Amino acid sequence: MAVTVSIPTILRTHTGGEKSVEAKGSTVAEVIDDLESRHSGIAARLVKDGNLHRFVNIYVDDEDVRFAGGLDAPVGENSTVTILPAVAGGAVAAGMR
Amino acid sequence: MIAGAEGDERPERFIRMLNAAKPSGDDAADAQERAARSVLLGDAHAEYQGELRSSTTYYTFDTKQRLRVQREMDSRDEWPVVIYHSHTRSPAYPSQVDIDLASGPASDPRIHYVIVSTRDEASPTVGEYEFRSFRIVNGVVTEEDVEVVESYMFSHTGADDVPDRA
Repeated sequence: MAVTVSIPTILRTHTGGEKSVEAKGSTVAEVIDDLESRHSGIAARLVKDGNLHRFVNIYVDDEDVRFAGGLDAPVGENSTVTILPAVAGGAVAAGMR
Repeated sequence: MIAGAEGDERPERFIRMLNAAKPSGDDAADAQERAARSVLLGDAHAEYQGELRSSTTYYTFDTKQRLRVQREMDSRDEWPVVIYHSHTRSPAYPSQVDIDLASGPASDPRIHYVIVSTRDEASPTVGEYEFRSFRIVNGVVTEEDVEVVESYMFSHTGADDVPDRA
């Protein structure tokens, strides 16, 4: 499946500054592998210990892949894959971590 | 978030983000939110699993809004100069959660994290409250000076030969 991947600012060093690149794959994992083959180093920023990094969100056509199989989430033809840093936080009670 | 033009450091476009950390009333969606929360915060934060209505202690952006805002910023060539949130029961300093998320591998290290503490119940509105700004890079927190000005004409953030428009 040919897809368009939207790259967050900090990862554009791997794509020569491009904010949007084409890739191929039928799962998120395959798309990442395909990206890695042409934009070396990007996979290490997205995947940790075989899973999607905790603080990275990937959306396939606006759906968070965390709820759709993570790296195994299917990717359809002409899908838009959006990579964004996780944003959350707050004042978790003192004493935790 | 407050967006600014790429190449600039001035926050200009105020974007109020919904805090999606609240229950939807739908068991399946709530279960998903808890699972995502567990992944994001780790099992040590399991205590917060029950508190989806945690708009007072935790925040996360609504997915659909976030994607829309991100696409808007991309097309306008902007970046999130400031991401701000409040601590309702603790000081205006990044929590471990704040630090961990800001230090993620896809996080923009240029972002200024503004935290406001609203914990002083004697002065719940204006008056004495903490308003602080930080950079968080690779787990290291550096505080920055905050200068409150009436308009950017009086600040030191760059050329201001015309007054700001509302």
